[in-house]
Amino acid sequence: MSGRSERVAPLAVKIVVSGGLGVGKTTFIGAVSEIEPLDTEAAITQVSVGVDSLAGVEGKTTTTVALDFGRITLDPTIALYLFGTPGQDRFSFLWDDLVEGALGTVVLVDTRRIEDCFPALDYFEAHGAPFVLAVNRFEGSERFELGEIREALGVGDSVPVVECDARARASVRDVLGALMDQVIGVRVRGRRVAAASR
Amino acid sequence: MSESREPGDSSEAFVRPFIITGGRVRPAQADLRLETLVVAVDVDAPDGGAPLAFEHRRIVTLCQEPTTVAHVAEAIGVPLGVAKVLIADLVVGGRLSCSHTAELPLHTLERIRDHVRAL
Repeated sequence: MSGRSERVAPLAVKIVVSGGLGVGKTTFIGAVSEIEPLDTEAAITQVSVGVDSLAGVEGKTTTTVALDFGRITLDPTIALYLFGTPGQDRFSFLWDDLVEGALGTVVLVDTRRIEDCFPALDYFEAHGAPFVLAVNRFEGSERFELGEIREALGVGDSVPVVECDARARASVRDVLGALMDQVIGVRVRGRRVAAASR
Repeated sequence: MSESREPGDSSEAFVRPFIITGGRVRPAQADLRLETLVVAVDVDAPDGGAPLAFEHRRIVTLCQEPTTVAHVAEAIGVPLGVAKVLIADLVVGGRLSCSHTAELPLHTLERIRDHVRAL
């Protein structure tokens, strides 16, 4: 090994952004990323029409088909990466790779197509990793109380449900802050349980 | 779906991704994550070590500073699976080192939260 190892080891951590097709994952990442969100959008072609259900999001003409990530340099030694999961169900085999080692996950919800987040919700509940639900407010979508949304999704009180505007940096920052609170809360509770069972 | 490629692409030069890895799809080292940082190792040999194939050399050049696996894939323009195979070759061959972070201590999580809140 060289002298490089004497430097303070930089740390790269990641948060996963998930949810259904067209829910705003790329927008969410782009709102806080310091690098241009990667050009991984490809036009939805005739081939995928009928494969990718666009009911309710017909205005969407591009979709994420490859790695979608952004970066935030938190301080000189910590970089936070945000990775979007591919929206289409047929790419869900990529999720394990994305999720392994992640601090936690933001599951974005579109109230016009609430059931679209179910695969993500099932996956992250089963995975046992910390996550928060962020309801992306689309213009023209009916507004529901967060309690109603929680009920519709069938998640317990231990999972935070927050509102957001994926286009607004401050809003995305607040969602990430809520996720970090959840990550820390899960860790602290885990410690207590471990200590109590000793 | 070649018809979906941009007109600017030189489709004649298109190489199927796993040609670069000699058809190998499994990395020689399995624990590379998207956010794993890899960095070039100085080779002490006077000739700088054995010559590297084109893509391997590009990766070593790119990784003079610690770089994530995801960034390498993007920068050299290959799918993640291909990048992992190439990076793993270089790690096994002693040309790159990769650092793995164990579970983060609570104070680091709190530091990350405070930074995020201050964005």
